[in-house]
Amino acid sequence: MKELICILCPNGCHLQVDEAGDYAVTGNACPRGAAYGKSECTHPTRVVTSTVRLLGGSYPRCPVKTDRPIPRELIFPVMAALDGVTAASPVHCGDIILENVCGTGANIVATRSL
Amino acid sequence: MYDLIVIGGGPAGLAAACAAWERGLKRILIVERDRELGGILNQCIHNGFGLHHFQEELTGPEYAGRFVELLSQTGVEVRTDTMVLEVTPGKRVCMVGKSTGYREEDAKAIVLAMGCRERTRGAIAIPGTRPAGVFTAGAAQRYVNIEGWLPGRRVVILGSGDIGLIMARRLTLEGAKVLACVEVMPYSGGLNRNIVQCLEDYGIPLYLSHTVTDIRGRNRVEGVTVSQVDEHRRPIPGTEMDFDCDTLLLSVGLIPENELTRQAGIQTDRRTNGAVVYENMETSIPGVFACGNVCHVHDLVDFVTAESTRAGYAAADFVLGGPTEGQALAVENGPGITYTVPQRIRPGNIQKNAEIFFRVNRVCGKSRILVTSGEKTIARFSRTHLAPGEMEHIVIPGTLLANASGSITVSVEEAAT
Repeated sequence: MKELICILCPNGCHLQVDEAGDYAVTGNACPRGAAYGKSECTHPTRVVTSTVRLLGGSYPRCPVKTDRPIPRELIFPVMAALDGVTAASPVHCGDIILENVCGTGANIVATRSL
Repeated sequence: MYDLIVIGGGPAGLAAACAAWERGLKRILIVERDRELGGILNQCIHNGFGLHHFQEELTGPEYAGRFVELLSQTGVEVRTDTMVLEVTPGKRVCMVGKSTGYREEDAKAIVLAMGCRERTRGAIAIPGTRPAGVFTAGAAQRYVNIEGWLPGRRVVILGSGDIGLIMARRLTLEGAKVLACVEVMPYSGGLNRNIVQCLEDYGIPLYLSHTVTDIRGRNRVEGVTVSQVDEHRRPIPGTEMDFDCDTLLLSVGLIPENELTRQAGIQTDRRTNGAVVYENMETSIPGVFACGNVCHVHDLVDFVTAESTRAGYAAADFVLGGPTEGQALAVENGPGITYTVPQRIRPGNIQKNAEIFFRVNRVCGKSRILVTSGEKTIARFSRTHLAPGEMEHIVIPGTLLANASGSITVSVEEAAT
């Protein structure tokens, strides 16, 4: 039995995951918690948020995120990939800045119009 | 003459203005001292916002963007780059702006939504030298996320509030080494999910019941000393650990920014550091409302939005329907409770339910929350887990409040284990 704290929402449910029993989850307040408990014990994923360089905008950085969770072990490779990216103003919230980052299937999208 | 002036264009002010417009007010003005709306959300580029309000996970700029978009579909007037200097008890707002100069505007109602600011090194009196490299976590967040500067390479974070935890991860992702997060209390002040995804994911140690007892360095921070503290939060000699670092971030609490509130003569509560408010977020001056972090510091922007929406509706009701009358019940803090909001409830003004937000003063397991009036228990609620870092809230059906007289008391009883 593994004890986890669900990170999907600020409720922070205290989950118990039965690793021997097909990762059955108890302690979750919603179905997303059950899915999180299983995925966290088998292949943990995270949404990455960061910034990229921005030219011609009112600020020098544009905030971005992966549009879906990526494998946790790819967080640093994704950060390295963002290092070389430059966006140009005008950028609209939701614009794809980088497609299929590190082969994850996730796109890097802008999170602010600048 | 405006129907409503909203002071502050962050999430609280935006939600209040949108709500008041929706309820039928026409002449609404938002006054914002920054050059754009959105407040501190614009620098909170991490995700986790909006799960309650929008039922999806947004970043701070996206959450702010949604409200700015909503606002643009209303006739609400906005003055940015404008600082409010004074609010009078007669609801005159004095402000000064770069392009507009000094102005005085009168309003039928006012919503105070100025937010909060961070406690600084001076407020917690850390010994040592005074070199560069000591930042509040929020200042560092602005440097990294908006301006694009890395404030340091080797970092110690004092305080485990959410901004500190978020910055531990952010600086790590940007290539800095975060050596430790140090918390004086025996529990973290941040959300559990942030301990997991900001510290544990990156192997950053969290030292509970520890504090920074010395800062070294002449021009730039060269190191800090961390000591364990006893139950009275006094450093224990012999427990010192030295960290070689160039940066110390402080995430040691937020202070509601209530200079205007006090100057107007509005009654404040020293437990929340905000105005004393009624069930509809009205302050001690009829027609002046307070909401968001200026009223009490929230954990989640979603709750700020909900509270500020109620304040906006109430401000509109005040302008369109006149003042709220009726006797008020005082809401008292019983054992285990740090503060409640609202501090007063007028049962006659409750539509269906009265909502009370509160914080507990220690970590509790399975517990009961009791609402009593005199000898009578009027409501009880059960919880499996309570922590000071997580705001709690209870919903009391209005019919039950009819059983109360004079005051009600909220208290926590932890089940024996």
